[in-house]
Amino acid sequence: MRQTSEPDSWLLYELMLRSRLFEEAVCILWQEGAISGEMHLGTGEEGIVAGVVSHLQDGDAMALDHRGTPPTLMRGVDPVSLLREFLGRSDGLCHGRGGHMHLFSPEQLAASSGIVGASGPTAVGFALAGKVLRPGSVAIAFFGEGATNQGMLLESFNLAVAWKLPVIFVCKDNQWAITTESPSVTGGDLLERVRGFGMPAVEVDGWKVDEVWRVASEGIGRARRGGGPSFIRAACIHLEGHFLGDHLVRIARQPAAELAEMSGPLLRSSVSAKGASIKGRVVSLLSIVGLIGKSFRERASGSKDPIAHTRRVLRSDSARLENLEKRVAEDVQQVVERALGDEVSEVAG
Amino acid sequence: MKRMRFAEAIESALAQAMAADSRVVILGEDVHTLRRNLYVRFGKDRVIPAPISEAAFLGAGVAASMAGLRPVVEIMLIDFIGVAIDALLNHAAKLETFSGGRWTAPLVIRASCGGGYGDGGQHEQTLWGWLAHIPGLVVVVPSTPEDAGRLMLAALGHDGPVVYLEHKLLADYWLEYMGGSQRTGVTFDVPSKGVEGEVPEEWEPLPLGRAVVRREGSDLAIIGVGVGIHRAVEAAKVLEERGYSAHVVDLRCVAPLDYDAICQAVSRTGRLLVVDEDYQGFGLSGEIAAVALEAGLTFQFARVCTKETIPYAREYEEAVLPNVDRIVDESTKLFED
Repeated sequence: MRQTSEPDSWLLYELMLRSRLFEEAVCILWQEGAISGEMHLGTGEEGIVAGVVSHLQDGDAMALDHRGTPPTLMRGVDPVSLLREFLGRSDGLCHGRGGHMHLFSPEQLAASSGIVGASGPTAVGFALAGKVLRPGSVAIAFFGEGATNQGMLLESFNLAVAWKLPVIFVCKDNQWAITTESPSVTGGDLLERVRGFGMPAVEVDGWKVDEVWRVASEGIGRARRGGGPSFIRAACIHLEGHFLGDHLVRIARQPAAELAEMSGPLLRSSVSAKGASIKGRVVSLLSIVGLIGKSFRERASGSKDPIAHTRRVLRSDSARLENLEKRVAEDVQQVVERALGDEVSEVAG
Repeated sequence: MKRMRFAEAIESALAQAMAADSRVVILGEDVHTLRRNLYVRFGKDRVIPAPISEAAFLGAGVAASMAGLRPVVEIMLIDFIGVAIDALLNHAAKLETFSGGRWTAPLVIRASCGGGYGDGGQHEQTLWGWLAHIPGLVVVVPSTPEDAGRLMLAALGHDGPVVYLEHKLLADYWLEYMGGSQRTGVTFDVPSKGVEGEVPEEWEPLPLGRAVVRREGSDLAIIGVGVGIHRAVEAAKVLEERGYSAHVVDLRCVAPLDYDAICQAVSRTGRLLVVDEDYQGFGLSGEIAAVALEAGLTFQFARVCTKETIPYAREYEEAVLPNVDRIVDESTKLFED
């Protein structure tokens, strides 16, 4: 596929579906308490990740954020060792010591971070080493639009341009910085901001994987030829919010139960003495309710789900589609069973 | 006396301070969600959501305090201070000296800290010793709801930068915020006496740098802060059964350190064990020993700290963080020597 100029929708769909089903399994394991800590899924980002990662070759590098599962999987890291890592097993990818937020795989030059914006400097460093040691290689930085107000990422844009490095900055834009609406804390237009650094910047619907593939092909091709860095802003939604158990998602799914718990203190606060004016309080209260409603509408729509989108296109060959889905589901099922099995020795104390 | 949860106490003290003094403002990431009650009550001009720009908004908080506000700048998890440390290390902490005592930066940096829920060492550090290492910073670490509220008031009243650290196992809404209750089979070793307890009707500030004895004893002094204090009290009960009487001192502030309380406890028992969830090397545990040695005291010493990067898996994490078993083991060795 790397050699062609047109995307292979079937292959991309398979990459995305595999990742989705894997993460759905992760979700269940987390809910059952088999996976500890926070859990940031990449469900909803698969179109962006598949469209970019499917271009990568040996020697290319990836700087990942806290949603490292889809790119790590799509880049070919063994899914059993990945899931075992999440399960905290000594035979996991990082011997159970990193977890989903700290995935490292030197073979694929893939490094993740739970610090927002950290993938910028990392990609620049990977590209610097690549330029010297592996000419023609590229480095990808994955991050959310929330990271684009982080100084180190903006500094990285400049470094990559100034040193003309083969970096592709991929912004997965869901408009939310945890529970803050990004536009409410962001000045100006992001694309214009990036272009101000002297870097080509394009925009794409992240749920249209074929289109992501095309813009990535152009940016990666340019970088491989020594043309320097570029920036892709790909819109997306997060099907599970910021992390599993996200309050806004919970409220959207079970409004009565969650709001009953929250509305007591909220309403008490809005009638307490010595605060802002009544109008100010109502505006504040409404803006919280507004966030909840927005979150719900996004989730209810489904139109930006990259899997659903591609599936609609491939449905014309329903036999092939059914076959593929069955095969992928069986594969993932097997991965989960193997990961949970005792084939390799249990965690040593 | 009424009762409150740890986090409720912080919020209650903050609300009291915000109602009394319009210069007190809160700024940070997601504060409209995390502090939604204060956001609704005091409005968006006093509870100010920030972009993910820690270096800028902490630096701005420092200057805003220089120019008259009393900001509470929230760094969600203290680990994230790495991105913004310059504002504290080179600016807030230096100002009073560099201005010849003519200017100070009276702000509070509020952050959650600590481990015990399987998130790994980029989200579970405590860093209080690392921060207290810098002259010019006050670092407070409450262990009970009453102290949580009173130390917040003290921090707001202090005429310089104060780092206020709330442990996630005490301010346990953090566990909830990060999805805690949405699953079965996950338990957290939450100290029950830390998450909920008696609080005063009206908040009064505690003096900064004043330790408190949490348990009287005669054979061994266990000194620490935060969750470590609750672990120490548990360990003391086990030691009691073995015939050893442990004296537990809660420092409440890492900086300034209560030298007198440390020396009194050590001279009374002749044995010192420091419980410190922060890193062992170059930190609070060594500092406490140095304070007692400089005072000319002779004593036996042990420490239960975090020696390495906190690993992700719960089982590994449990072995790395201070716990009751480790405290009991190390304490017992002091009596065998």
